[in-house]
This record gives sequence, C-alpha cells and structure tokens, in this order.
Amino acid sequence: MIRTSSQRLLVILFLALISLFISLPRKLPIKIHYQDFSFEKNLDFPGINFQYGNFALVRNLELKLGLDLAGGSHFVFEADMSKVSPQDYDAAIEGTRATIERRVNLFGVSESVVQTSKVGNLYRINVDLPGIKDTQKAIELIGETAKLEFKELKGLPSESATEGAMPFQTVDTDLTGADLTRSRVEFDPQTGKPVVGIQFNSEGARKFQEITKRNIGSPLAIVIDGQIITAPTVQQEISGGNAVITGNFTLEEARQLSIQLNSGALPVPVKIIEQRTVEASLGAEAVRKSILAGLVGLGMVIFFMVTYYGRLGFLASMGLLIYGAITIALYKLIPVVLTLPGVAGLILSIGMAVDSNILIFERMKEELRAGKPWMDAMEAGFGRAWDSIRDANIATLLTVFILLNPLNFDFLHTSGSVRGFAITLGLGILISLFTGIFVTRTLMRVFARKE
Amino acid sequence: MKLRPLYFLISGVALFLSLYSIFVWGFKPSIDFTGGTVVEYQFAGPTTPELLKTILSIKAKEYGGKDIVALGDQNIQIKFPPAFSQEKAEVLSLDMAESFSEKPNIVRFETVGPAFSQEILNKTYIAIGIASIGILLWVAFQFKSIKFGVSAILAMLHDSVILSGTFAILGHYKGVEIDILFVTAMLTVLSFSVHDTIVVYDRIRESTKRFGDIPFLLLANKAVSETMVRSVNNSLTIIFMLFALFLMGGASIKWFVFALLVGTVSGTYSSPFVAVPLLVIWEELRGWWKTHRG
Repeated sequence: MIRTSSQRLLVILFLALISLFISLPRKLPIKIHYQDFSFEKNLDFPGINFQYGNFALVRNLELKLGLDLAGGSHFVFEADMSKVSPQDYDAAIEGTRATIERRVNLFGVSESVVQTSKVGNLYRINVDLPGIKDTQKAIELIGETAKLEFKELKGLPSESATEGAMPFQTVDTDLTGADLTRSRVEFDPQTGKPVVGIQFNSEGARKFQEITKRNIGSPLAIVIDGQIITAPTVQQEISGGNAVITGNFTLEEARQLSIQLNSGALPVPVKIIEQRTVEASLGAEAVRKSILAGLVGLGMVIFFMVTYYGRLGFLASMGLLIYGAITIALYKLIPVVLTLPGVAGLILSIGMAVDSNILIFERMKEELRAGKPWMDAMEAGFGRAWDSIRDANIATLLTVFILLNPLNFDFLHTSGSVRGFAITLGLGILISLFTGIFVTRTLMRVFARKE
Repeated sequence: MKLRPLYFLISGVALFLSLYSIFVWGFKPSIDFTGGTVVEYQFAGPTTPELLKTILSIKAKEYGGKDIVALGDQNIQIKFPPAFSQEKAEVLSLDMAESFSEKPNIVRFETVGPAFSQEILNKTYIAIGIASIGILLWVAFQFKSIKFGVSAILAMLHDSVILSGTFAILGHYKGVEIDILFVTAMLTVLSFSVHDTIVVYDRIRESTKRFGDIPFLLLANKAVSETMVRSVNNSLTIIFMLFALFLMGGASIKWFVFALLVGTVSGTYSSPFVAVPLLVIWEELRGWWKTHRG
C-alpha cells in the first residue's frame, strides 16, 4: 500500500489520540475554579468489552500495578514430597495447589494467583496476594497442614480419659480432607438454624456412602490435627457425596466449622522459601515519586533536544510524547503488570528512545555538510542510520530476552522484579523503534515540506 | 588517538581502584544471595537514626538482628537470619513500642530461604554467562574478525570491573548491597556499552572500505570524532532520565538506578576510549609483527 506522508500523518494522529484516550485514568475528576466560575465533573471512561462468536476481548483498561507498587504479598512454598511416591507427585502438587487456592479465596483477595512451578525436581507453589493486609494470618492459614480425618467411633466414652485426648476409641477410615471438595454454612429450610453443608468428590462420595451405611445411628468423628472437632450422628446412608451437619450451632460456630473443614488436609506439607510483603502505603509513595521523576526527566530531555537540535528536536520530542502515550496504552491493553524496576525500565527506554532520532539527525548533519539538499539529506540520514540502530538494539534485546526468560527455563531467573524490568525495557525498545523511525520521519516529511 | 596514553592512564587508575576495592572489601550481598530476612519498620514521627541504631543493636540482637540501616527519616531496616518469621517481627515491633512509646509498622517483610538463595545465585551466574557469550557471538558475527571481538570483550570487561568496584566501595562505606537487580543493571549496561561500541566500529569499517590506504590510526581517529557527538548526546538523554529517577524515585530501586547510571557513563567512555585504542594497538602490533617477520 502506498501512502502519502499526509495519510501517514493522519494514521499517526489517530493512533496517538486512541493511545492518549486509553492512557488516561478511567476515572478522571475535573475541577475548574476561576473566580466565580466553577466546574466539577467526574469523567468515567469505559473499558473494553468486545465479543464476537467465540472471541472475547475484555479489558478494564486500568493500569495493573505489581505487588511492590500496589502492596501485597508474594510467597513461594516448596512441597515436601518425601512421603509421596513419584507417580503421585503431579496429583499431590495439584491437590496442594487447589487446597491452598481454596484457603486463599477465604480471604476474598481479588486477583490472587496460585500457581505451581517445578525447578529440577523441586515442586513449588507461587502465591500472589495483592492488597492483603494481614499477612501473618494468611501464612498461618495457607501453610498449615491441617490434617482432616473422619473416624468411626467404637465403644463408650472412657471414664479415665485425659483432657484433650481422644476419649473414645476410634477406627480410622480412608476418608480424609483430600476427598472433601467444599464445605459451607447453610440454613436448615425447616428450622432456619445454621448448619454446615459438606460435599465430597466422587471418590469421597463413594467412601462416605460406605461409612454412613455402616454407622447408621452412630457418631462419625470429624478430626482435625488429632482433635475431634465435632461428632455428628449419622442419620442415614448418604450417597451422592452431599451431606449436612446439624447441631445446635450458632452462626459463628457454623462458620468456624466450615472454615476448618475447608482448610482441610494439604496432601503434602509445604514450607516458605521466599516471601516478599510490601505495604500499600510504601508502594503508593513509590508510585508518586516515580511519576514525578519521570516527568522531570522527560522535561530535561525535551529541553535538551530542542536546545541542541532546534526544530528537529521539537519534532523528535513530539515523537517522544506519542511514544509515551502508546507505551502506557499498551501496558493497559496487554496488560503489563508494572513493578518498580519496571518503572525504571520504562524511564530508561524513554532515554534510549531518543537515541534513534539522534543517530538520524547526526547522519543528516553530515549529509548536509556534504552539500546535499535538505530532503535528500533527511532520507539518506534515515537510511544509513537504520542499520546502526538495528544492530545496536539487538544486543540489548538479547539481554532483555535472557532476563525475561519467557520460556520459563529452569536455569534462569523467574523473579518478578527482573522480569518486570525486562518487559518494560524490551517493549520500550520495540515501540521506540517504531516511533523513532516511522513517526518522526513522517512528522519531518510533512512539516519540513513547509520549509 | 594521540592521547592514548592519557586514556589508558584514566582507565588504569579506575581499574586499579575497582580491583583493589573488590579484593580488599568484597561485596555486600543481599538476602537474595545469602538467604535471610529483612524487615522495614516505619515510625510515625521522625527518628534519630543514631539513637535507634544503638538501642536496636541491643534489642534486635536478641533475635539475631544485624545490619541496621536507616531509610529516609522515618524508616529503619533490620536484617535477620532466615528463620525470623513475620510473627517474631511483630513481637519485636511491640518490644520497640515499649522503648519508643510508639509501635512501628511493618511496611516491608522479605525472607529468602538459604537453599533458594543458592539457587538464585546459580541462576545469576548462568544468566551472566549466557548474556556475555551471546553478546560476544553477536559482535563476532557482525564484524567477522577477531580483533573487533576481542577489543569489544575487553571494553565490556573494563565496564563490569568498574561497576563492580564502585559497588564494592559503596558496600564498604555505605552498606549498599548487591542483589539480583544489581546483576540486571550490569547486564543491561553491558549490552548498552556494546551498542555504543558497535556504532563506532561500524564507522571504522565503513571508513576502511572507503579509504583503505589511509593508516588505521587516522581512520580510527576520524571514526571516533564523527561518532562522539552522537554518543555523548545519546548518553546525556539517558543520564537525565536516570538521574531524575535516582534523586526523586522510589527508595527500593535507588541503587539499581545508580548502577545503571555508573554503567551508562562508563559504557559511553569505554567505546571511544578503550575499545578503539585497543583496536589500534592490535593493528599496530600486527603491523609490527608483519614487518619483523620479514
């Protein structure tokens, strides 16, 4: 497609405006006070909600901040597989992950992430909890290997039983917390009293059916970490895996029981090998400072470019601002999670973005000195500078690739900070190649013709 | 190139100071590489760091705390062995409440297990290795000649040593630590330095093609002066941005940004004043070798 420079300019303006629109915060308060005139309005910009057949694109277009900027915790747990046989490893780690995720959801943390990862023959679970306040409670709840068992009771209570010890004789069943999929507080439709509903998976449902069949009229002990929590009497044989525990529960007691049942048994014990917790206030301060620093730096760069290169410098600065808008718009669209090192990467890439322009301008000066007319000098400048620009940026892109480790190689880092930096730097370089060459050249062609 | 001895003198002094610092003082590794726990406490009012440090060295010692650093005028940071849990951090905070009549908030808590930190260290070595080899292969491929490759390697080495030396000095005098971000900065800076070097080499190669009979020394000189302006301007824009970030940006990346700054400056310096002179020497040695072999 052959486009004239004016058409290209329109494309660029269009892109710039869209980017600007996307870059703006979704909620923008506008306050204008001038003497007697006062205008206040809160602008609400929409996100993207696009669906076509099976394809859906939903973006709320808010800038996603990493844990170190928004506050929150990042944990890495390592699973102790010593009591598990190798063929069960995958099932064990997945079961552990699912249980941890259940526990995490109890905290109502939005956008939490619970993922498994494997390094060599070490199995790990990564947990990200944005915005969580009570990290200590989270660790306790998540990391504990509460052992949930169901035991049948035989015989009568022993008179000489000691406090806290099992006053009954129990028989272990093979039904454990691993078979429980869910427990929650419900309300008995007849009495309106709180009860605890429990649900087993298919394997658990089968076991439960057998146990209830065997124990009609007897109590079934629910034991957590060796302590009997409750021992409801089995009313009937229960198939299908859904049951209800009734008793004279208060709402609070029912809730507690439900939580305990949910915390269930972790198939394997885990221990924390890495934790990073940052409080939201610290993060917010960092955000504020970074924005300020970015603007000041940008100001200095623009001032320098205009001073040293005059009108060309001004055009390059325009290109730079468009670069900024496109970059932030892309962060919101992809989306890219912005961490503090990521901000450093962004700022560094802004400094480097001007590089391609400087290379071109210097080449142009040479051509002009050699006596070529202005337009030719410009075209020649772009052409010959491109090779240098391409070669030079490849070295940096290579380093970025290694730091980013997109293929999740075992032997390279998977740290959030490092990757956060690599992604903003890499993206920055790619975008700057675009704006430096396409945008600035078009701007120059269009505005220079008016010379 | 007439001032070659001067350039080598400057580099020599910088290298000597750096190597001295590295071997005599070593680095201060962060918990990323050693394992351990770091807790940052924030007080509501301004604190006198000196007073805090003395009292805390007594209290925190009970828990195995060491390396107490003041961050800003309300925050302090204490390092503990890996087993120091968040629970204990809370207990210490209550302890401090007794002595200072206000309970500090835990604003940051980081812990890395010893085995994990070893893993991080290994991965770091591998990343450095792959990145360096990758860049070298790229330069070799680009210029198809050993002399460019070797002098580029030496210039890169020069930059790494100076950056490391700077942080050895900072570690010794200001307790600045080396963490994964430092390594990231180092790798980024190396690639940037190579970037800069390639631009000059490109020029030299172009000139050699056009004016093959002119002595190499003059060609090199010409190339350096031609690319100098561009090189300095480019670095200036980067330095502006980084400097603003260093002075005003967030505390946790402050030294990361500083590493990038130092690396940018040394990378800009090393391309015309280390890489090219080495190239010239190589050519001169080659010429000398040729004539003396007869």
